[in-house]
Amino acid sequence: MTAATATTVRTGSASARRPKPAARTSRVVLYVFLTVLAVLWLFPVFFAVISSFRDYSYTAEHGYVSFGGFTFQNYVQAWQQADFGHKLLNSAYITIPAVILTLFLSCCIAFVVSRFAFKWNLALLGLFTAANLLPPQALLIPVYRMFRAVHVPLWVSDSGTLLNSYVGLIAVNVAFQTGFCAFVLSNYMKTLPRELYESAVVDGAGVLRQFFQLTLPLCRPPLAALATLEVTWIYNEFFWATVLLQSGDKYPITSALNNLRGQFFTDNNLVAAGSVIVALPTLVVFFVLQKQFVAGLTLGATKG
Amino acid sequence: MATETPTIVTPPAAGSRKRPRYRGINQLSAVDRVVVGIMVAVPTALVVLLVWFPAVGSVLLSFTNWNGIGDVSRAKWVGLKNYTDVVTIYPPFVPAVEHNLIWLLVMFALATPLGMLMAVLLDRELKGGRIYQTAFYLPVVLSLALVGFIWQLIYSKDQGLINTVTGSQIDWYGDQSYNLWAALVAASWRHMGYIMLLYLAGLKGVDPSLREAAKVDGASERATFFRIVFPVMRPINIIVLVVTVIESLRAFDLVWVINKGRNGLELIATLVTQNIVGEASRIGFGSALATFMLLISSVFIVIYLRIVMREDQ
Repeated sequence: MTAATATTVRTGSASARRPKPAARTSRVVLYVFLTVLAVLWLFPVFFAVISSFRDYSYTAEHGYVSFGGFTFQNYVQAWQQADFGHKLLNSAYITIPAVILTLFLSCCIAFVVSRFAFKWNLALLGLFTAANLLPPQALLIPVYRMFRAVHVPLWVSDSGTLLNSYVGLIAVNVAFQTGFCAFVLSNYMKTLPRELYESAVVDGAGVLRQFFQLTLPLCRPPLAALATLEVTWIYNEFFWATVLLQSGDKYPITSALNNLRGQFFTDNNLVAAGSVIVALPTLVVFFVLQKQFVAGLTLGATKG
Repeated sequence: MATETPTIVTPPAAGSRKRPRYRGINQLSAVDRVVVGIMVAVPTALVVLLVWFPAVGSVLLSFTNWNGIGDVSRAKWVGLKNYTDVVTIYPPFVPAVEHNLIWLLVMFALATPLGMLMAVLLDRELKGGRIYQTAFYLPVVLSLALVGFIWQLIYSKDQGLINTVTGSQIDWYGDQSYNLWAALVAASWRHMGYIMLLYLAGLKGVDPSLREAAKVDGASERATFFRIVFPVMRPINIIVLVVTVIESLRAFDLVWVINKGRNGLELIATLVTQNIVGEASRIGFGSALATFMLLISSVFIVIYLRIVMREDQ
């Protein structure tokens, strides 16, 4: 068997390897189909980037299907008009603490659920996992009223309540995202060998040491993946930011876009420049941390 | 809590693989128990307070006539009145349900099969397969609000690409007879890549020896897919179904940036938001709509939980 195949490969390799004409045609068709579709898929982003570098008066005169009038002016104008620097900072104030807290709290839950056998273990994990899937709009009324009613000192929030405060928005984001991360992390922690913990117990390590010195370092891969994914998600989060922060000056950049439209309404090139600026951080994630992003997204759907 | 059993763990004798039984919470020292308690209590308190309590609150409020003024204790129990009102004297409700259903149908019948097809085509060792994958999932990293803006460049009436190329005068985002479809094209553009990624992950999990066996038996590629690969991916199919339903029910951002969900783009999620945040503060009304959303999503959440947690039992 092996000898026979070896000889055919050596002698008649050309005839054996060359695909049949039909197979080759179908391969060409497949490539053409995929290429057309991929170009279609990339087109909207590509078009936004191109438009953002075009001069408004030039495109107004010659239409978009023309060549020329390239400028960087849209970016300068969009940046100044929309106060993007400030809005990006707002996004950072919300996203960075929210992601860190989400990951830390989900590690805690995942650790307890995967490490100890107790009766309510699955129910507890379910409580978190399901929370991530509820429609946020359906929770809006009570959350909104609660936040309005809770008075906090001014150093926590300059509005005096949780409404219109970073703290409130961060808390909601954390509560929503912890479920997904806890689920993914607990799946991962279940695959860690039990012997590790057993020897740690023998060495007299308490729960805290097991958690900080054993589990967290071992969970680096899923944590990197989840951090990438959560940064993207919370940065992109639009609904809670829009309804809970009523003053435009606290808006993160994703919600701020919506206010721009009024100002930019007549100038699509400015809209394009604004869109590219807002998309930039996520595009960086896409090109640099692609692997982590995909891993994070698919970890939740599959085991392992 | 009462008895403190010190954990006496005998190190396993060499050779014998007897595990020290270290399973339950009750074997922990007092300090460790407190630590574990805190580790559970803090995140649980947060999720209960900000997710589950509001969910129950929405359901309860939907049976009251509270208008949001003054204290909740002044609210009167009115039974199902809000629900009958929503159905009878609230014109946007029926269109919103229709739009959500159309949304679901398009995502389910168009974006999902396309995503699955792409995953199947790209799962094989193609030259340049990675580049294609990358192209298809690029939109997934963008927020839906941003997707609305990017497509505005293509759709807008006076400067949009479609109208400048074809010379038509259609206002794709503004005209009632077109805007839902325009939004759906934009939403599908993003959803397809997401579904493709989920299926690619699922296909990686299919045991290659199954395919080998099919090949040896002379099964065609199509037969192999439908008879072997597809059934093995059943859990992924259900997860994709749940994700699609929930995403369609939650659809909000894209429509909100177009026109706040009016004029042909009414969705349940935007109606809830309009009833609360807008000038009208119809709490009972909004809560009835919210409860409706919770009901539908909870059915699918239960299905999802049963799938993903089955292996843990």
